[in-house]
Amino acid sequence: MEMGFRWDFAYEILPQMLWATLNTIIAAGVGYTIALIVGLFFLLGQRTPSKIVNVINRELVEFIRSTPLLIQLFFVYFVLPQFGIKLSAWLCGMITIGLHFGTYLSEVYRGALEGVSKTQWEACRALNFSTIYTYRRIVLPQAFPIAIPGMGNYLVGIFKDTPLLSTIGVAELFHAATAVGGYNYRYLEPYTMVGIIFLTLSIPAAMWVRNLEKRVNLAQGKVKQ
Amino acid sequence: MSYFAFLAEHGPTLLLGTVTTIKVLVCSAILYVIISMIFGLMRLSKNPAIQGIATVYIEFFRGTSLLVQLFWVYYVLPFFGLSLEAFVAGVVALGMNFGAYGAEIVRAGILAVPKGQWEAAHALNFSPAKRIKRIIIPQIFPIILPPAANLTVELLKATALVALVTVVDLTFEAKQINSITWLSAQCFGTALLIYYIMARFALVPFLRWLEVVAARKVGR
Repeated sequence: MEMGFRWDFAYEILPQMLWATLNTIIAAGVGYTIALIVGLFFLLGQRTPSKIVNVINRELVEFIRSTPLLIQLFFVYFVLPQFGIKLSAWLCGMITIGLHFGTYLSEVYRGALEGVSKTQWEACRALNFSTIYTYRRIVLPQAFPIAIPGMGNYLVGIFKDTPLLSTIGVAELFHAATAVGGYNYRYLEPYTMVGIIFLTLSIPAAMWVRNLEKRVNLAQGKVKQ
Repeated sequence: MSYFAFLAEHGPTLLLGTVTTIKVLVCSAILYVIISMIFGLMRLSKNPAIQGIATVYIEFFRGTSLLVQLFWVYYVLPFFGLSLEAFVAGVVALGMNFGAYGAEIVRAGILAVPKGQWEAAHALNFSPAKRIKRIIIPQIFPIILPPAANLTVELLKATALVALVTVVDLTFEAKQINSITWLSAQCFGTALLIYYIMARFALVPFLRWLEVVAARKVGR
């Protein structure tokens, strides 16, 4: 077998890899959207007055957060069909990523809400605003900027965890690289290209998040040290 | 088959896998702590070359996916004549990846030590090495341990990935049993439970204990 990096081979498989990258981006985008929504539900469970719901919610979040995403993927992918629910690998992957990162995002939301000073609530109470009005006009506009950095970090995090989806057969970038590598008995170029593609996408994204964080801190002027 | 019958038959195999998972965890934790210390300090160096190397390292490992790094170490390094055993490849990839995250924690921890400590050490004519070793490092532990604890729990979860490069750990065993028995709920459910118990009732209490010890050491 020829040693060293073969540029002609890399060039040959480039179109295939770029198409698969599109799938990765779609998977990350869809997974993230689900996670954002799931996070809201976990947040709701955390803030309902019912003690039982609170405890169940907390334990569930704790369980999902402290077990590996990989096995959760297997669990959803292999166990649901046993109960007669047949979902595609894509759907399973999106649901699992949404649930897994939803727990993380609910913590981001919680931190953001707690970051809004208590006196804001008291002032709204004094002005006789309804709870909904208080959330909509006073609390959320202040909490959202605090949540942005955390939300951005988990977008990058989800993006970097999408290769796990290849283990249940979702045809994303890493899956394509493994397939191409297996077909040609050369893993050097495909895996290296995956790494480079990830770098070229996630470093600008991370820089953008950092920049956003800086701008938010500046605009808020007080929230963070 | 009842769940107890399942446990009686496959429990020992899963426990054997758990032992491997713990081995991977301990080895990669040691490696990542060492790497984060080295690169965290390098990141704060005044020498632009040293700082540059650390920055490139950290950005590279934080910018790509752990699974890609793992496969690269295991499947691509042999192309360059460096064949690592699956276990070693797994530990190296985990340690290097988490070392990059840890380096940022160490850097932030060192920056969080009050300026006065540096100045006092300077005023007492401590050499730079002694300043770091005797004054700064002992004080960063209470600062870095809480984020490092989170990172270590993430590490425990990430060890599951080494199953994909044929390390026979808990995940690998669960997959194996699944492909024999097709009792997916039982084997993956049990694996999830074991990971949960390890994280919640062993690793986290241990790390909390470390935090308390570190805080006591600096007199807090």
